[in-house]
Amino acid sequence: MKSDIILAGVGGQGILSIATILGAAALGDNLYLKQAEVHGMSQRGGDVMSCLRISSTPIASDLIPQGKADIIVSLEPMEALRYLPFLSQEGWIVTSTVPFVNITNYPDQEALMADLTARPNVVSFDMDAVAKEVATVRSSNMVLLGAAAPFIGIPVEKIEDGIRKVFARKGEKLVEQNLAAFRAGLERAKANI
Amino acid sequence: MAKRYVIFDLIISSMKTKRLLLGDEALAMGALNAGLSGGYAYPGTPSTEILEFIQASPLTKERNIHSHWSSNEKTAMEEALGMSFCGKRAIVAMKHVGMNVAADAFVNSAMTGANGGLIVVAADDPSMHSSQNEQDSRFYARFAMIPCLEPSTQQEAYDMAGYGFDLSERLQIPVLMRMVTRLAHSRAVVETEDEARRPNTLAYPSNPRQWVLMPGNSRVRNRQLIKEQEDMVRESENSPFNRLTPGTDRRLGILTSGIAANYVAECFPEGCPFTVLKVSQYPLPKSMVEELADNCDAVMVIEEGQPVIEEAMRGLLDRGVKVYGKFDGCLPRDGELTPDSVAKALTPFWPSLSHFHENINPVHEMVVPRPPALCQGCGHRDVYSALNDAMKEFENTKVFGDIGCYTLGWLAPFNAIDTCVDMGASITMAKGAADAGQHPAVAIIGDSTFTHSGMTGLLDAVNENTPMTVIISDNLTTGMTGGQDSQGTGKLEEICLGLGVDPAHLRTIDSLPKNHDEMKRMFVEEFDYRGLSVIVSRRECIQTARRHAKKQ
Repeated sequence: MKSDIILAGVGGQGILSIATILGAAALGDNLYLKQAEVHGMSQRGGDVMSCLRISSTPIASDLIPQGKADIIVSLEPMEALRYLPFLSQEGWIVTSTVPFVNITNYPDQEALMADLTARPNVVSFDMDAVAKEVATVRSSNMVLLGAAAPFIGIPVEKIEDGIRKVFARKGEKLVEQNLAAFRAGLERAKANI
Repeated sequence: MAKRYVIFDLIISSMKTKRLLLGDEALAMGALNAGLSGGYAYPGTPSTEILEFIQASPLTKERNIHSHWSSNEKTAMEEALGMSFCGKRAIVAMKHVGMNVAADAFVNSAMTGANGGLIVVAADDPSMHSSQNEQDSRFYARFAMIPCLEPSTQQEAYDMAGYGFDLSERLQIPVLMRMVTRLAHSRAVVETEDEARRPNTLAYPSNPRQWVLMPGNSRVRNRQLIKEQEDMVRESENSPFNRLTPGTDRRLGILTSGIAANYVAECFPEGCPFTVLKVSQYPLPKSMVEELADNCDAVMVIEEGQPVIEEAMRGLLDRGVKVYGKFDGCLPRDGELTPDSVAKALTPFWPSLSHFHENINPVHEMVVPRPPALCQGCGHRDVYSALNDAMKEFENTKVFGDIGCYTLGWLAPFNAIDTCVDMGASITMAKGAADAGQHPAVAIIGDSTFTHSGMTGLLDAVNENTPMTVIISDNLTTGMTGGQDSQGTGKLEEICLGLGVDPAHLRTIDSLPKNHDEMKRMFVEEFDYRGLSVIVSRRECIQTARRHAKKQ
């Protein structure tokens, strides 16, 4: 298998914990992995992106070439669109529809949604709402991970193991909350495909 | 305060474990497993995680390995050199511009040489993700005439730490390890040893004269260092990290190094048709470069950063082997390389690489930039808000900024600073401006930057009672790099008084919205004063405050 994933969002939203979980899952499945992220200045409320590459054979570049990403996974709709040049022609976009407005020139939200839903291969919904329903709003990144799970190529059980490992230190309740959020996202995506 | 690390392990044999590590972490773990006695650093992206990893390691506690942050890169470099003098293995880590701060100690450490293994890590930031320039640290190794290692992968970063210590002890010379952002901050699976080598015991240098750099000793040493360049080239030629992989198509040879080698490999997943020389140890392995040039019609140099290898290949006259690279525009001269830019450079020689730049979605027209900003609830915001209001009462105001989160005060909505150059430059540039007749001349500097490089400049201003105001915006941490201990916490006022600041013009205030009017008044009063004043505005960083609250 080979899966090239762009993780996108705004600094502080929690996309890097998605990367951590998939990393743990990939290691548990004996896969190769490279995950490039940016620290420092870019994390302060600016756009953040991480290239996550998972493969059953060795991976050369830490960066995903343009036009080669299989999936864009984003916690924010405009951020999902920022990385379109990286997406392959058959690639999928999985994104939350909740805008993060911390700039004055944020694009017209209706036009943005219309553009997103008119595209083929998109799974988009209000992930904050789903997270709130089954856990807390802070688990929306796990809803996103669940929604992306069908496209990643790692068995769902392995990803769930990853969630357990990552949240184990924080107690059983948090593990269960995050698993519930993950499963809710997965169900929504399945209904969407 | 050390951050907590979650590292996932997969035991693969009784001797080795697979771990998911950042390049920085792999390097740190390699150093720990190679018998490290001391880690030294000042935080700086993308190097910070090296010392953070050492701080969090159980081995550090068990063996009492030094891992406290230093005040700046120069003090860190000298402390590491002192550890090496005593025969023990030390690593000193910094971002590329930190090398400028450490340069005096660094260049002279090539003159003293090393006793215990000494690795100097310089983490370069091409594309300037979080930096003010793109300087390439490989120049420093050439300048100081010492070996340089440049890992391509996280595994090499791990392996090279132990190798680098051995090399350093074998040649009795410090070794520079050049990292770049995309390796430092990229995770991969790394195989690590389970057993750590025992640290060296205390042992003094066998050549004590060499450590006293008086002219008579230095002249002798300099001749020896020049002579030893040949040994260093021979080491490079025999290095397991420099590899010549023969190809079948002799139209082109590829000379690549460090992380750039990965982008070449990405272009040719089934194997490269051209001969490839991958360099990860300098000085350049002359015989290998010769072999590449002799067996190919032309050479393309693909390297991350400035054209260091390419310049050496071309020479001044560029009349030798035909060279392609950054000077002729085949590859971009600025910014980091990408698999795309490398594929584009190689496409004229291998047309099937065109798939790398066909069918690319255009940039979406609705997407707008999202620049970073100061956090909501950050004390720097209150300082800038009061500062801007105070400045309305003056004409021709100039504010000299510095390096840290508060540099974001240049952006909207504050647009509050006029300069940002290097660590500590706010105070000294404000002084120079005041010397030139600028009034008000205001410097704004963070607490960690102040103890890094601001204190000496403040002494200059004290000695002349320069009419200027220094605002130390104290958030009790090194914020931009993620909240490392700040060396001046709890000591700032004493430091200022100790340097001779007039107690009547050393003022303190909490940077809170409710203090806005008082802070503004204080600023206006001190800007009006025609002498040196220092205002310490204080409030804990919102990010570290949250972390502390969670802990309790």
